[in-house]
Amino acid sequence: MPKLTLNNKSYHCESDETVLDALLANNVDIAYGCKQGGCQSCLIRSPNQTPPDEAQNGLKQTQKAQNYFLACMCKPVEDMALEEIGAEGSFIDSTVVSLKALNPDTLELIVEYKGELTFRPGQFINLKREDGLLRSYSIANLPSTEKRLEFHIRKLPNGGFSEWVHDHLSIGDTVSLQEPTGNCFYISGEPEQPLLLIGTGTGLAPLAGILHDALEQGHTGPIHLFHGSRNNEGLYWVDEMEALAGKKENFNYSPCLSGPDVPQGYTAGRAHLEALKALPKLNGWRVFLCGHPEMVKDAQKKAYLAGASLKDIYTDAFTVSTAES
Amino acid sequence: MSETLYEKLGGEAAVDAAVDIFYRKVLADDRINKFFDDVDMEKQAAKQKAFMTMAFGGPNNYTGTDMREGHAHLVKRGLNDSHFDAVVENLGATLTELGVSDELIAEVVAVCEPTRNDVLGK
Repeated sequence: MPKLTLNNKSYHCESDETVLDALLANNVDIAYGCKQGGCQSCLIRSPNQTPPDEAQNGLKQTQKAQNYFLACMCKPVEDMALEEIGAEGSFIDSTVVSLKALNPDTLELIVEYKGELTFRPGQFINLKREDGLLRSYSIANLPSTEKRLEFHIRKLPNGGFSEWVHDHLSIGDTVSLQEPTGNCFYISGEPEQPLLLIGTGTGLAPLAGILHDALEQGHTGPIHLFHGSRNNEGLYWVDEMEALAGKKENFNYSPCLSGPDVPQGYTAGRAHLEALKALPKLNGWRVFLCGHPEMVKDAQKKAYLAGASLKDIYTDAFTVSTAES
Repeated sequence: MSETLYEKLGGEAAVDAAVDIFYRKVLADDRINKFFDDVDMEKQAAKQKAFMTMAFGGPNNYTGTDMREGHAHLVKRGLNDSHFDAVVENLGATLTELGVSDELIAEVVAVCEPTRNDVLGK
């Protein structure tokens, strides 16, 4: 009889019983809905077991890669550790090794972490200030032996956390980090699939991580990046991305400005609208959308209507905490 | 034993193909897309899969109460018979696009019809 472990408690699962039924039989408070693999309310993950195929039907590739599955569709044959999605993980310490301005409002923060951390470029991570204030930021770099994480932090008006990073954080200071989360990252396996990356502001952080990850893993299909802001000061890495586009034949870069002042070499208009204008047919494309929540939502709908499958659209909306808006 | 409607239509694979086309049609339909403005698209697609499975006569846990509660906030915003008809029309057009016969489409429509009063809170 397989044993299930959740939050340090163990439960027996009868043969032919689903994970969901076993947990409910033990009065575990767990979300569920249709009980037939449709509504995805009972989504859960296993840190140690690859779930059976039928329990991952309909999930995104990036969720499958993290062992997410539907509890109502999983009949375990071996012992299985379980973890609720969005459960608070433990913190590890990191040290600030670099702080650099990317543009007048945005800092590149690089930290070196101690211990072990598994992450995918494009995922986000909670950073914690000494007094407990938490904010999540996306990871812009690839994993390496240096154990570094790179974040892009825009200073928000009255933004408690971002102001602290901009005005008070120094090299050598300690910042606590939580386990990385999120489904917006690159998965290998379909190297010829065309990729569309659309971001506003520091949406470039996850997209740069995804872009470099795709190139590193030998992606051969076309990759189009549209990075937008109102004015030129809101963008960054324009020269770097142009240089990369010159070097990599399958990479195309379009900096977009929605304000009135549009210098030569830039596209006039909002990034997602210009992207959809340039690429009106997205059947078979994989799409990544990061940044302003309104842009992400509108672009998700437009990309879907343009033919992209919903499962192939990965989103990361940067919602600003209400106290900081 | 004769095949069920769900089996005749192609089971779960057919449902997945139909949801993809159907949801696009609904979002592009100005008669009804205002009801879908504020929803989480991925959750909505999952709900449509459950709805479509029910419409195809497949295994489902839909109850009249679910339908009533799930649509009550939309009824307050003016959801009425014309919108229900538009959804059924989009469903029919989706199945036509997938090459389903008129006869089977009529069966699907007949499965949906009894939910009308619950959906519209009558």
